[in-house]
Parts: sequence; C-alpha cells; structure tokens
Amino acid sequence: MEPLDNTDSLKPKTKAELESANAKLAKKMVWVAAGSLLFAFALVPLYDVLCSITGLNGKTNNEALTLTKAKVDTSRNITVQFTSAVMPGLGWNFYPKQASITLHPGKIETVLFEAKNITGQVVVGQAIPSVTPGIASVYLKKVECFCFVNQSLKPGETKVMPLRFFIDPALPKDVSEMTLSYSFFEATKK
Amino acid sequence: MSTTTVAHDEVHHDHPSGIMRWLTTTNHKDIGTMYLTFSLVMFLVGGAMVLGIRAELFQPGLQLMNPDFYNQLIGVHALIMIFAALMPAATGFANWMIPLQIGAPDMALPRLNNWGFWLLPPSAILLTLPFTLALFGIGDGAIATGWTFYPPLSVQGGIGVDFAIFAVHLLGVSSVMGSINIIVTLFNMRAPGMTLMKMPMFAWGWLITAFLLVATIPVLAGAVTMLLTDRHFGTHFFDAAGGGDPIMFQHLFWFFGHPEVYILLLPVWGFIPQILQTFSRKPMYGYKAQVYSLWAIGALAVVVWAHHFFTAGMPVPALLYFMYSTMAISLPLAVLFFCWIKTMWKGSMTFETPMLFAVGWIILFGIGGLTGLVLADVAADAQYHNSYFVVAHFHYTLFAGGIMGIMAGVYYWLPKMTGNMYDETLGKWHFWLTAISFNLTFIPQFFVGLAGMPRRIPDYALQFAEFNMISSIAAFALGLSQLLFVYVIIKCVKGGKKATDKVWEGAEGLEWTLPSPPPYHSFTEQPVIK
Repeated sequence: MEPLDNTDSLKPKTKAELESANAKLAKKMVWVAAGSLLFAFALVPLYDVLCSITGLNGKTNNEALTLTKAKVDTSRNITVQFTSAVMPGLGWNFYPKQASITLHPGKIETVLFEAKNITGQVVVGQAIPSVTPGIASVYLKKVECFCFVNQSLKPGETKVMPLRFFIDPALPKDVSEMTLSYSFFEATKK
Repeated sequence: MSTTTVAHDEVHHDHPSGIMRWLTTTNHKDIGTMYLTFSLVMFLVGGAMVLGIRAELFQPGLQLMNPDFYNQLIGVHALIMIFAALMPAATGFANWMIPLQIGAPDMALPRLNNWGFWLLPPSAILLTLPFTLALFGIGDGAIATGWTFYPPLSVQGGIGVDFAIFAVHLLGVSSVMGSINIIVTLFNMRAPGMTLMKMPMFAWGWLITAFLLVATIPVLAGAVTMLLTDRHFGTHFFDAAGGGDPIMFQHLFWFFGHPEVYILLLPVWGFIPQILQTFSRKPMYGYKAQVYSLWAIGALAVVVWAHHFFTAGMPVPALLYFMYSTMAISLPLAVLFFCWIKTMWKGSMTFETPMLFAVGWIILFGIGGLTGLVLADVAADAQYHNSYFVVAHFHYTLFAGGIMGIMAGVYYWLPKMTGNMYDETLGKWHFWLTAISFNLTFIPQFFVGLAGMPRRIPDYALQFAEFNMISSIAAFALGLSQLLFVYVIIKCVKGGKKATDKVWEGAEGLEWTLPSPPPYHSFTEQPVIK
C-alpha cells in the first residue's frame, strides 16, 4: 500500500484547489455510475450470447436449421421426454401426443403436439421451448417446429402440430436423457 | 461546554432557523441527524409491518388478512428495512462521523448531501402510499412480489409495482449521490498527515461500501427500468412469450442484490472494531489485515450473485463456481472475526451498552455467517432454498449483523452527538431484551425451515404451529423492546449527565478531541496527524 500512503503531497491545498479537485473526482464517479447503468443494459445481449453457448436458459434454436447430413450414431440411445404447459390467460388445451421417444443421435424424428381452442374466440398463441438439462438444449436441433411462428386457432378448433428435430451427435457422453418442455403463451394482438 | 457555546455563536451567522434550517441545511451534522432520525422512524414503520406478518403467522390458517395483503407487507417490510432504515442509518453515521474522524470541516459536496437526503422522504411515501390509495379504491395495494421484484409476477402486478419502481429509482439516486460524496470526502478532505492507511476503520468500511454502491445501484436501476418498460411500453426483456427471459432478471437483480448485503454490513464492520478497541482499552488488532479483508470481501461481493437462485437452473460448472466463490468469502470474513476477537483478547474490558451490543453482535452475526455457508452448499440449498431457514439466516446477518451493529454505534456516539450520556441502565435493558427476544424469534425459524416450512406464505402446516407461536410472541417482545430504544434516545437528546469530550476512557480518534456535542462548524482548521 505504499503508493496509496504517499498521496499526501498530491492533496489540494487552497480552498479553490480543493473545490475544483472535489468537482473533478465527483464527475469521475458520475461517469462510473453512468457506466454501470450502461453495463446493466449491455448485460441483456451478453446474457443471450452466454445462453446460446451454454444453454443456460434451456432455449433451443428458434429458426429452422437447413438440413445437413448428420452422421447417425447408432451406438447411443437418447431418450427425449415431452411436457407441456398452458400459461394463464390462454384458453387452450395443449399436450404432446407421445410422452417420450428414444432415438439415435443424428437421426431426424417427427413428434406431434395437439392444441385445442376451448374458447369462443380466435386465439393466437406462441410456444416457448425449454430443455433440461440446459446444456442439452444446444444439441437439440430443430428442422421444423410449430414454435417458430405464432399459432392461430379458431373457436373450438383442434390442430395437430409437428416438430421435426434431431440430436447433434456431439452431445456430451454423460447426457442420455433430456426433457423438452413447451409453454404456450397468449399472443393475441389486443 | 463554554467552548461549544462560543464556537457555536461565532459561526452562527446566516443559517436559517426552524424548519428552513432542516430543509436547506448543508451542514454534515444536521444532515447526519436527519438521516438517523429518518432511519429510526422507518425502522418503526417497517417493524410495525412485520408485526402484522407475525400476528397472521401466530396460528395456522388465515385469520387477520388476505394472502395478497400479507404479500404486500412482506415486500414493503423488506424494502423499507433495507433501503429506508439500514442504509440511511449507515449514511447518517457517515455524515456525522467521517468529517470528524478525518479532521475535515464538512463533507466535500454539501449541497449534493442535502439533496441526497431529501430524496428519501418522497421515496418512503411512494413505497407506502399504495396502501392508503387502496383504502380509497385506487389500485390494489402496495407491491406484492417481495422485495426482489421477480417477473413474471412483477410484470403482472398492480400499480404498487410502479410505485415501488419509482421509489427504488429515487433511493438509488440518493445513495449514489451519498456515495460519491463520501468517496470525494475521503480522498480529498483528510487532515494533513492522515494517509489512507491511517484512516479510521469506519472510513475504510464506508469507502468500500461507497464504491460498491456506485458500481451496483445503477444495475438495479437498469433492471427495474426494464421491468417498467415491460409493464407499460411493450418491451420483452423478461417476457418469455416475446423472446425475453425472466431468469435474466434474477441475474440482474442479484448482481446488485448480493453486493447490497455487504453495502449494509461494511460500515458496521468499520465501527465495531473501534468500539471493541475503546472498551478493551488496547489498540485495534490487525489494522492492515482488516483493511485488506474488507477489500477482498468487497471484490468477491460482485462475483457470487447466482448463489441466490441455485434452484432456478444453471449448468453444473456454474453451480460449482458460485458455490466455491461464495464459500471463499468466509476466508477474509474469518480474518475479520479473528481480528475482532484478538482486539478484545487480554484487554481491560468493560461492558457498557455499546460494548454489550458489539460483543453480542460478533456472536449473532457469526451465526448468520455460518448458516450462510450451509446455504452456499449447492446440494443443501436444493433443500433449504426459499424455506424459513433462509429467513432466519438473513435476519441473523441483517438484524443482528446490521441493525444491532447500528445500535452499538448509536450508543457509542450518542453522547458525542448530543453532549449528554444516555441512561446506562435502560441501555443495558434494551440490549438484553433485544438479544433474547431476537434469538427467541429466529431460532424457531431455523427449525421450521429445516423441517420444510416455505417462506412468504401466510398459512402453514399444523406441524409448525408451536414454533411459529413462540416466534410470533418473541417478535412482539422484540418490537416492543425497540420502544425502549426510542425512549432512551429521546431522553438522551433532552438531557442527562453531561458527557466529557472523550466520553469513553479508552476512546481513540479525532472525533473524541472535540467538545461533546461538537460545535456546529468543526475542524475549520484541519488538525495535523503525525
């Protein structure tokens, strides 16, 4: 701490000097505060980047992947379980048509979800996916999904919606099971 | 006393009297007094709210209030205690004592200081007004999300949330201004010869606190601003349906929220060693070790935030990182504990009220710290998260570690500030009543928490009934004991045995070289430190 201990000679001596030194340091601190406000907003895109790398928030790709020839790894079996939720304010029934499937990494599979509008109005909904464990979400690749766009249901209408996906063979060896959950949110324009 | 009067008359030239004195004052002692008074009033308001909560929890079932009102009490109790009671108390001491301790005539930025204080009463009104508005059918009451504002609940909440957001904005601006003032004062206004490493420990504690505040309060301001735009302007920062993420709010909030814990405690860690050395009549042990430990804790404080929501889901490496870094804080904290104990070791100790509070504080805050280590364990936290164990833990750190520390400071400096000795017998009564009823309130909460009672719920399973009854009765005893505290303070302000300049036999430091009470303008000629 020696450098800190020798600041005495640098300290302002006259009243005017002191006041200008005070104003200067205060201004610097205002910049620090402004910087950390900016930092708060910068954390938003930073968080998204971090999530897409680590799968922190369990989100999957939200645009269709162009199909690449992934090599099917027949030595491994991965079980994918499906759950669903309807968020408050959305008058739908929504559930997966199959509780789970088991597949080889690299193989494209299609699963079905069914939604029914139980209200008397046209209702628009948006499905938001989440994968557990989070790290698996990076390796669950969607080719086609009802969650890429809003879904609109007429009163009483039932719709069976497909999801086509595959598991990236690069999935870490210790993951053999994952759960894909969809929450449907109300998205009707008011 | 005659010197005081003379000094006072000499400089008593142009400041107004009556209410205008307090509205326009830029004097650090006046502003300090206002902060401390405001803090005491809000401490009683926040305390009254929690008595409502404990009354409801006296028995299982819903007796006194509906769950929504209960939630409002929970949230506003915490916001008031943290932002309007504990933080202003520490700032009040800073205003009163930092210029006296470093031999400065006043704070560096006196006008900013005045502004910083007068933002507080409006924000307290903003926090509590929705309760009143609801009585007239406007809105549905105060913020009911708990003090943490978690979305989606806070996005769905009523106008109480907006009031709380604006209150937090004002409180944030106020504390950033106060912090800038303290930083500038400590860097530019120290008496000649007082190097940084000769500063009193209280000044060190506050310097680090002030840096933490300037760095993290704006992040909270940013987070609640995003909440506001999500609520009213169609943004989707935290709205999953629109591509946002509610978990991100938890990261933003606790990036501020964990340093906030140390913001509340660091000033106390500053003056408690001064009290210990005074009443042990020997020099503080390990001054340098303490300063470095304070810095280490301040630095670690900003990198451990996610331990507040281990159960929200995060990759295992992240869990491990936040667990180990959190536990690492116990190392510098242990250094502080050893220094505090070693300061007392073989000293000529006496147990006046400030010392009783300081020693009791070490034990109780120690329990708070150790139970925190349990919660920092990822595996254990899965069980104890959001249980009453957490409630008991943070009341040991923030009521014992924060408020009882502040009380030690009040008794320590009250004779200096008022010029009168407080009533020692009543002070000791206040300590014992507070310490005993505090433990009786919160030890049962450890037990019900371990057994699985969730926090923030107005009703509970029958198996928790006995412990909750004990806790509620003790909470009322704890609350009523604080009326004694108020009485002791008022009695001391009004009169009593005159205090000497030094007040305490073992007192060391510049503030004890001035008369009690110090003249309105002190250290206009800076003392020289050798």
